[in-house]
Amino acid sequence: MNSDSETPNNGSKEVRELLRRPPSAIYRWLGDRIFAIVVVLLGFSIIALGAAMAIVLYGEGSLSFRQFGFFGFVSGTTWDPAVKLSFGALPFLIGTVVTSVAALLISFFPAIAVAIFTAEYAPRWLAGIIDNLIQLIAAVPSVVIGIWGIFVLAPWLRDTVYLPIFTWAETSYPALLPILGNPMGYGMATATIVLALMIVPYTTALTKDAIKSVPVEQREASRALGATKWEVIRMAVLPYARGGILAGSILSLGRAIGETMAVAMLIGNKNTLPFTIFGAGATMPSVIVNEFREAVESLHLSSLMAIGFTLFIIALIVNLAAAYLTRKFSVKGGQVL
Amino acid sequence: MKTMLQRNIRDRIMESLLVISTIVVLLPLVIIIVHVIVNGISALNWDFFTQELGSPSRAMQGRPTGLVHTILGTLVVDLLALLLALPVGMGAGIMLSEYPDHKLNPTIRVTNDTLNGMPAILKGLLAFVLIVKPMGSFSGLAGSVALAFVMIPIIARTTESALMSIPWSIREAGLAIGLPRWRVVLSTVMPAARFGLVTGTLIAFARAAGEAAPLLFTSFGNNYLPNHWLGMLLGPVDTLPQRLYSLAISPYTHWHSMGWAAAIILLLFVIITFGTARYLTRQKN
Amino acid sequence: MTITNVRVLLLCAVCLSAFTVMSCGRNGDTPGEMRQDRREQVDILGAGATFPAPLITAMADEYRDLTRNRVTVNYQSIGSGGGIRQFIEQTVMFGMSEAFLSDEVMRNVEQATGGRAFNMPITLADVVPTYNVPGIGAGLAFSGELLVEIFMGDITRWNHEHIRELNPDIDLPNLPITVVHRSDGSGTTNVWTSFLSRVSDRWREQVGFATSVNWPTGIGGNGNEGVAGAVQNTTGAIGYNSFAYALLNDMSYGSVINASGNVIEPSFEATSEAANIELPDDTRILFTNTPAEYGYPIAGFAWMLIYENLDANNAISNRREAGELINFLIWSITEGQELSNLLGFARLPDAAIEKNVQMIRQLKWEGELIGQEILDEQDLLSADRQ
Repeated sequence: MNSDSETPNNGSKEVRELLRRPPSAIYRWLGDRIFAIVVVLLGFSIIALGAAMAIVLYGEGSLSFRQFGFFGFVSGTTWDPAVKLSFGALPFLIGTVVTSVAALLISFFPAIAVAIFTAEYAPRWLAGIIDNLIQLIAAVPSVVIGIWGIFVLAPWLRDTVYLPIFTWAETSYPALLPILGNPMGYGMATATIVLALMIVPYTTALTKDAIKSVPVEQREASRALGATKWEVIRMAVLPYARGGILAGSILSLGRAIGETMAVAMLIGNKNTLPFTIFGAGATMPSVIVNEFREAVESLHLSSLMAIGFTLFIIALIVNLAAAYLTRKFSVKGGQVL
Repeated sequence: MKTMLQRNIRDRIMESLLVISTIVVLLPLVIIIVHVIVNGISALNWDFFTQELGSPSRAMQGRPTGLVHTILGTLVVDLLALLLALPVGMGAGIMLSEYPDHKLNPTIRVTNDTLNGMPAILKGLLAFVLIVKPMGSFSGLAGSVALAFVMIPIIARTTESALMSIPWSIREAGLAIGLPRWRVVLSTVMPAARFGLVTGTLIAFARAAGEAAPLLFTSFGNNYLPNHWLGMLLGPVDTLPQRLYSLAISPYTHWHSMGWAAAIILLLFVIITFGTARYLTRQKN
Repeated sequence: MTITNVRVLLLCAVCLSAFTVMSCGRNGDTPGEMRQDRREQVDILGAGATFPAPLITAMADEYRDLTRNRVTVNYQSIGSGGGIRQFIEQTVMFGMSEAFLSDEVMRNVEQATGGRAFNMPITLADVVPTYNVPGIGAGLAFSGELLVEIFMGDITRWNHEHIRELNPDIDLPNLPITVVHRSDGSGTTNVWTSFLSRVSDRWREQVGFATSVNWPTGIGGNGNEGVAGAVQNTTGAIGYNSFAYALLNDMSYGSVINASGNVIEPSFEATSEAANIELPDDTRILFTNTPAEYGYPIAGFAWMLIYENLDANNAISNRREAGELINFLIWSITEGQELSNLLGFARLPDAAIEKNVQMIRQLKWEGELIGQEILDEQDLLSADRQ
């Protein structure tokens, strides 16, 4: 709905016409013009920011890409800054994929459960409190979760979960040992658990929105057919909310992929494949954090930037998918998490 | 065909599973907060707020140590970041909302949403290449720019939402009384949307305030207060999230307690900011 | 003004005053003292190895008091690799590294600045094997070969016969060994792997020695700090840390058998003894597996990296800053060394201090021998310091 036409075909003609008008009209026209230009420039700078990120990351990583080839780099399994000076990103790619997908799988049902509980079962006041607490999870800075992980969660997990499983496997099922790996507090498992906790709010929020937007007729129809409360949810509400659940999950995945600090502090920092369940690993963000300030060789630094670029591409794909789905299924204009 | 009893039992079971899941999800949060408070409270003394960090041997030598430079550095870097991010973010939001037919808009929206989801570490890398390398040193300015990169997409999105939620009639009314387009936006629409705008700003601020990764190779860290205010912008400066990380992975127990205390401060900061935003939103509704 | 506006203004006023109070509260200076020094204040930025960080930062604290807050040395421990990198990039005034600069880097610096890069030993790095085995305190004996086997992943249990052979009187449990290494580039790693490379051809060929290597096994910790933390949090772990970190943090560390076959318990004397050999003029030498009979075999220098042509370093803006840097440098290799033992570091042997002074004499600012000037002012002759 544009009540003002701001795109004249012939600029100078308009200016001449304008100059024939009273000064207040010039003030309007000039003001509008300047405002529009400023605003468009600022809007364009968003695009510039995105482009800059892509260009800079690729540019800085180009030394590595030229040396190993893009696919060579991405599929290389050795990360050796010392003897062989060979850099391959596959361990970190796998680390990122494994931890993020596993975190999503772990958090999926609990997150949806919370959404269902607050949307359908909890009394208003309780739903409000739970909502705020869930939002709080997303608000807690990653480093804070990291420091808690180092001093509380990792030792506890090691003593209460990993070591018993490890000792059991030792005595009853030794074949499992190579897959389990050495039970330390730090490692893929701990990092994944912490990730799962951190991404719950995203799935929950969008699922809850989707559930709330299910038309009341659907529920009433189920009720009329004699369904119990849970059956209404299962048969009428959840299928309808599929889109929101999907959007929330992909959003969660996107966050998990990019999560840096808590993972870097807990994942054990092992740059070689294969990974074991209890053993250490590394993800793309964690290796950048750990090695960036120390990289001496230009090839090393460039390889880290190249990993940044790879991370950018992956996050781009996942976020595009998430953004598309979120806009499609989101109820209000934006609950920005 | 299940009996009514069976179906009701299943209902009850599902309900309990839901409750259990909720508790399982919320329990760690409560545990984390309790641990942070319990472990950090003892280090929150007067020294903490007035002394600089100095060397890890200070405690051994009986000298006072604290994080005053970290708290001040955080405030300076974060506020500057907000100052840098507001015009860009709000400008973009205004463009998306007030000039909805502009052909750049779909691209801007997509780019913005994507940037929103990008890991903050990449924004830090960008700031490193754009600011640290040319400047030749780590600086608070680079840190602010990195955080601004984090804030801009959030502010753009929330501004767009806030402005779009203002009914078109307000704009029409403004135009009808003869205001130029730009006055309509600045003097009628934006004030009407001020709740949403402030909320969005607070959210962006809180999000960026908790980020550590982008600061590790931009503002870098400093064990002391820079000699001059300008030193905070032109030289390395300490910030809470980055310092928290360093303290946590150090082997000194007294540094660990300071880390927990820093976590309390950071948590308080973020919770209060987010809380205010949520409170404002609820007020409006 | 509405009530809300007044309240907001009051809040701002309170915040502003708190701000000002906090930033003035430094070290309890009176406003008079602070104003007087503020005009000449100099910030010296350095970065590098985590190992010497406790010593350097303590020196910085001490030096700051000595100069009445006039000179602040801000040292960030980001790893030796980082120190070298920032030195090359000229974002810091001095770097700190447990690995001396490679020939290639030295050449590049000469090309870029027309002057050399000086590696000046500031302190000694000694790396000890640290472990966390319940019931066993410090003093487990290790040989070079044994350490290679453990860090290669050949030995995975604490009660393996090779370990028991060297420690017949100790009851070792059947606990899995978790190897902990550095995940960042580090001179500590350089010293450690240099030793392993010298005692084992297999290690030298497969893994090599550098600030960062492709470890065959184990988990990584960030910085000396991260390794110490990981070892302490993991029962059955073995890692390597600087002696100072192990002492400062009450860790269990082992003794190592040196090239002469003696079991050397880590100590300041043993470390200084290891450096008691013939030194080249630029001090770029590794003395791991030292020929010194009672020297601790896993030791090396920690070098401060300085540009010969100080004006070529972008991080140094004027002659005064260069002068202050040199002052700090001189102090740190003389009076500053007093702090060493207290913090768990060995003192620089006189031979090293000698070489340092020679190098300081050659530091230049725009062609002028500024280092020599300052030394003359301070009347520093090696004969005086016996």
